[in-house]
Amino acid sequence: MFKFLVSRILSIVPTLLLVSMMVFSLQQLMPGDPAKILAGEEQSPEVVAYFRAKLHLDDSLITRYGYWIKDVTSGDFGVSQRTEQPVLQLIGTKLPVTFELATLAMFFALLIGIPAGILSAVYRGSVIDHGVNVVALWGLSTPNFWLGILMILFFSVYLGWLPASGYVSPVDDLWGNLKTMIMPAFVLGNSIAAVIMRHTKSAMLGVLSSDYIRTARAKGLSEKDVIIKHALRNALMPVITLGALELGTLLSGAVLTEQIFSIPGFGKMLVDAVFNRDYLVVQGTVLVTACGYMFANVAADFAYFVVNPRLRR
Amino acid sequence: MSTGSFLVLFKRLKAKPVAFGSTIVVFLFVVLAIAAPLIAPFDPIASSWSVIKKAPSSVHWLGTDEIGRDILSRIIWGARASLSAGFISVLISLAIGFPLGLIAGFVGGVLDSLISRVTDALLACPFLILAIALASFMGPSLINAMISIGISASPVFIRLTRGQVIDVMSQDFIEAAVAIGSNPLKIALSHVVPNITTPIIVQASLTIAAAVIAEASLSFLGLGQQPPSPSWGSMLNTAKDYLESAPWMAIFPGACIFLLVVCFNLMGDGLREIFDPKLD
Repeated sequence: MFKFLVSRILSIVPTLLLVSMMVFSLQQLMPGDPAKILAGEEQSPEVVAYFRAKLHLDDSLITRYGYWIKDVTSGDFGVSQRTEQPVLQLIGTKLPVTFELATLAMFFALLIGIPAGILSAVYRGSVIDHGVNVVALWGLSTPNFWLGILMILFFSVYLGWLPASGYVSPVDDLWGNLKTMIMPAFVLGNSIAAVIMRHTKSAMLGVLSSDYIRTARAKGLSEKDVIIKHALRNALMPVITLGALELGTLLSGAVLTEQIFSIPGFGKMLVDAVFNRDYLVVQGTVLVTACGYMFANVAADFAYFVVNPRLRR
Repeated sequence: MSTGSFLVLFKRLKAKPVAFGSTIVVFLFVVLAIAAPLIAPFDPIASSWSVIKKAPSSVHWLGTDEIGRDILSRIIWGARASLSAGFISVLISLAIGFPLGLIAGFVGGVLDSLISRVTDALLACPFLILAIALASFMGPSLINAMISIGISASPVFIRLTRGQVIDVMSQDFIEAAVAIGSNPLKIALSHVVPNITTPIIVQASLTIAAAVIAEASLSFLGLGQQPPSPSWGSMLNTAKDYLESAPWMAIFPGACIFLLVVCFNLMGDGLREIFDPKLD
């Protein structure tokens, strides 16, 4: 098991290296002199010279990449121009908020996606199946910023049940936190629920036509036991991998969701950084996201390896 | 695609009412976008202080916005941004992804490994986050948004094309072409390419839906179409500040994005079923 984990981690090293090159090259896309842009409106010769020296702009591209990767691997992602905080520290303070949002969103996605997928597979071709397909299509096609706006309109403006925006830390007030997070989490989980729904349905359809299910039915087990104890356990295996693959969707969705509901997380930090031309924060965010995504995939592979005895042989 | 095969495709699509209906709606949106100067009842950027935030009425069918601009006219003109972003972004993705996938699958070896690793690196960055980063470094504009979306969506086409090429390369007719001494370029262009286009067309139609949402997302964040030019995403961004006093400002542009994306998805699903009958 240890060997599998080490080899899987080693396999992402070349990709990580390429991701770092890609993130580094984002700087090259800036129109004009990066030092002048990073110096902001002030643009005093000293500040420009500082950035020129800091980014090694007078060196060759390869040398600059060398300096940059050395800093990054030692945890120095630069300093935010707006908050003057180290970028990595800034990301670290915002991640727990987004992590909470993503966890709640995944909870909603699983809560809706798995039962709906099972129902759709068990009652294939029925009204329930068609209904689930329509809901899945709705989930896949609704932009989450629009769904967010509609929910604010209904639950905050008309009914006045939930706050339209803002964030309360769960440490300060758990109930207040849930009230501010329930709508954003539902909005973020909506499209993932649709994907989980489709995958659960397809996996259940495959499992339900297996011989061992026929045997279980022939033995006289109730349909509920056949579906929950026998079919679902095997059908849910691909959902583990899917969970990790959907991390990208969660982080992308969090950017928009946090913007609509004014949640001070990772996504809002990215958008604020874009508008404040805080390029080092943008660069750091992309790098951390890509690394997180790759490690989540490794974790999913490992979890799959642990729960599937056939892979361990 | 020849006229004959286009007619066959049209007939098959017609046999699938949902996909066919969706294709018609997409076509209507295209007509709307092209004929915007003729159809739009008002100037989409002309403000009128006497009709600020007016509810839908017989004069302004979908109401007016916070500076008195007609929402219907802005939606009609905004269709141009959404559709052009959808189509052009996918063309950019294809222009990057198709040749790279073809080379990776056809040449193999070190080049294949290199292209595959670059694809992995691009796929490691979530689509929208990469598009936001690219758009922010290049500067906010509709063209840069299209380029960003195109680059971010290209790894899907690299992977798909490479996979299809590898599949076709194992077929007997390719072995026969090699055996009679055809040159590799001719094999690639005359034998491989015509046999891999179908799944790529299907994927392209589904990617347009994702590109429409991505453009709306970037415009919503202020990284796409710049004001005062209308786009559905930027209209929603403005509308979120007036939900209590003018909810129609948010409902209609969002409904258009939803409708267009649903129709592209249903059209793509229909095309996939037509080209891959096993799915039926």
